[in-house]
Amino acid sequence: MEKRVTFRGWLLPLALIAPQVIISAVFFFYPAGQAVWQSLFIPDPFGLSSQFVGLGNFEFLLSDKFYRASFVTTAIFSTLVTLCSMIPALFLAVIADRLIKGAGVYRTLLIWPYAVAPAVAGVLWLFMFNTRVGVVSWYLGQLGYDWNHVLNGTEAMGLVVVASAWGRISYNFLFFFAALQSVPRSVIEAAAIDGAHFWRRFFTIVLPLLSPTAFFLLVVNVVYAFFETFGVIHTITGGGPQQSTTILVYKVFSDGFVGQDLGSSSAQSVILLVVVGLLTVIQFKYVEKRVHY
Amino acid sequence: MKKNLLGALAVTTALSPVAAMAQTEVQFWHAFTGRLGELVKAQVEEFNASQDEFVVVESHKGNYSETLNAGIAAFRAGEQPHILMVFEVGTATMMSAEGAIKPVYEVMAESGASFDPDAYIGAVKGYYTTTEGDMLSLPFNSSTPVLWVNRDAMEAAGVDPDTDLSTWEKVGEVLDQLKAGGEECPLVTAWQSWIHLENLSAYHDVPFASQDNGFAGLDTELMLNGPVQVAHLTAMGDWAKDGKFIYTGRRNEGGANFRAGECALFTESSAGYAGISSEAEFAFDVRPLPYWEAVVSEPQNTIIGGASLWVMEGHKADEYKGVGEFLSFLSSSDVQAAWHQNTGYLPITAEAGEATRAAGFYDENPGTDIAVIQMTAKEPTANSKGLRLGSFDQIRGIIDEELEAVWSGEKTAQEAMDSAKERGDALLRRFESAN
Repeated sequence: MEKRVTFRGWLLPLALIAPQVIISAVFFFYPAGQAVWQSLFIPDPFGLSSQFVGLGNFEFLLSDKFYRASFVTTAIFSTLVTLCSMIPALFLAVIADRLIKGAGVYRTLLIWPYAVAPAVAGVLWLFMFNTRVGVVSWYLGQLGYDWNHVLNGTEAMGLVVVASAWGRISYNFLFFFAALQSVPRSVIEAAAIDGAHFWRRFFTIVLPLLSPTAFFLLVVNVVYAFFETFGVIHTITGGGPQQSTTILVYKVFSDGFVGQDLGSSSAQSVILLVVVGLLTVIQFKYVEKRVHY
Repeated sequence: MKKNLLGALAVTTALSPVAAMAQTEVQFWHAFTGRLGELVKAQVEEFNASQDEFVVVESHKGNYSETLNAGIAAFRAGEQPHILMVFEVGTATMMSAEGAIKPVYEVMAESGASFDPDAYIGAVKGYYTTTEGDMLSLPFNSSTPVLWVNRDAMEAAGVDPDTDLSTWEKVGEVLDQLKAGGEECPLVTAWQSWIHLENLSAYHDVPFASQDNGFAGLDTELMLNGPVQVAHLTAMGDWAKDGKFIYTGRRNEGGANFRAGECALFTESSAGYAGISSEAEFAFDVRPLPYWEAVVSEPQNTIIGGASLWVMEGHKADEYKGVGEFLSFLSSSDVQAAWHQNTGYLPITAEAGEATRAAGFYDENPGTDIAVIQMTAKEPTANSKGLRLGSFDQIRGIIDEELEAVWSGEKTAQEAMDSAKERGDALLRRFESAN
């Protein structure tokens, strides 16, 4: 049975949803509309003149093989970031959930990295892996491995993935940990009495019960990897070496705010919006079917 | 704590209108922090103290790109400063912004401040003047690439530190010796596109782009895939493969390695002087940028990097008078000579250079005049006056990407530069249609 609150008249419900609608309109619909409008022009940086080009910006972008390649880079990057931030988070949450002593301390420590801004996280990781003065790259050198993310694209990708996923693990950990608390103890105990060992109980009982949380985090993390990671990329690699870490959102930033090419930048953000929209629709249509609420 | 902050804010907001009423305010946005920021502040304070009609208010707006962005955003909002610092790659963007900028020669003529365009060093001035010779922005901080040598590292590898490094042919031999002598980082560079393509082209008097490197029109195309550039990058690529040239990144990351004493040779801006002289715990000296003997018997001049000051449109006439006075003050010989000696940036007037020499600065700090000589030894040609390309920041990004492919051995120099030309030209065409 659904619980439903009924209102008499329109005024109160409208007033109640107004804040959310206004915020969405001001911070989302208006700028998104502006982006769509600007994507049809090639303006000069100062806004003194602007030339209507129709879909010219999109044509220019899609005929650029480097732009097309950055879709692949983005796909690899966001898949890796999502996996690397969710799996360790789940693992840590399960472990922390089993702790009897000192759980609070572990929880607090695990949440800390979330407070670090992406750009700062980027700088921290950059220092550790700096090819000359980095601690980690020095140890790798001692082991005979010559770390050089400045020229090696695979290493650069690995580094930005880890730096982007690191802070995110805390965020995911919080959600998984809260979800684990709500798994009914009686079900687990019953399974334990039946002789199911820990991992068996985890995969047959806990994981299905966590699926709504996991699905929510999947959507949120994909959006994060698409939109919020440019600070990390900017500080660590600047999109290089060559174009191996140039993801779509970084190109939006660098073309718009470094290159002053606002037309192309707008067109790219429109494309990005469409891509993420489609991804979310796909997730809700196919992945959500496997989620048990 | 919070209370104090609020109190301080209240005081500053309360005080500033009073100051504005008494004197005409001139806003100056710049990109300098640290030591350079202090020096700019000192210049402004000196100007403010020297007269009581105008007051210049300096604000730091982030790095070069961020300062330019802040200026652009402010102009769109109608809140632009009077003076905006713009780095040299933003020059074409600013030049094309007719209606947003007020050319410096106009400002100076209207304000009646003393201004002699011929007093400025040709190679510095040329970057910021039209082909008709009108100065559009005032050169502020200009530097040029030189070769820095770690003498201790040379000796440790068994190479005479006074050996001739004037040509790349000789540098190549020294790199062999350094490598053989156990040096792990024989050569490192900063700003690879600026030094090893833009300056290389000017120094050997070959074009970097058509239409006089973009000075003569927006319908310019890159010409960086010519034989001189390709030969140089091929040599560099070979050195990279043999571990004789170490690539550290797109900006000036290599500076940290050199200053820590890890590298023997370093191609970097003359303005690296401040950092190297304060941090290096080894004997170093400065040499002119090497050239290829096989290409030219003696090199042309190098070109500059750095920033200039642009005056923005949309202010009152008496405020422009203040702008004129301030720019005139900045160009004065004493201010320039002090700036040059403190920072390693070039003096923008010939007179300031002579004053520095007369004061004995070059004798006490050997090598600090090399950049000046390198820039001024020859009258600039169409190939060595500078570069004026739209979307140049992005084009440099493309060049960086292609150079990385050369250093890692994935592309030959010719393939990489052909690709850079193709990609860069597409951006130039876009810029042409936007302006």
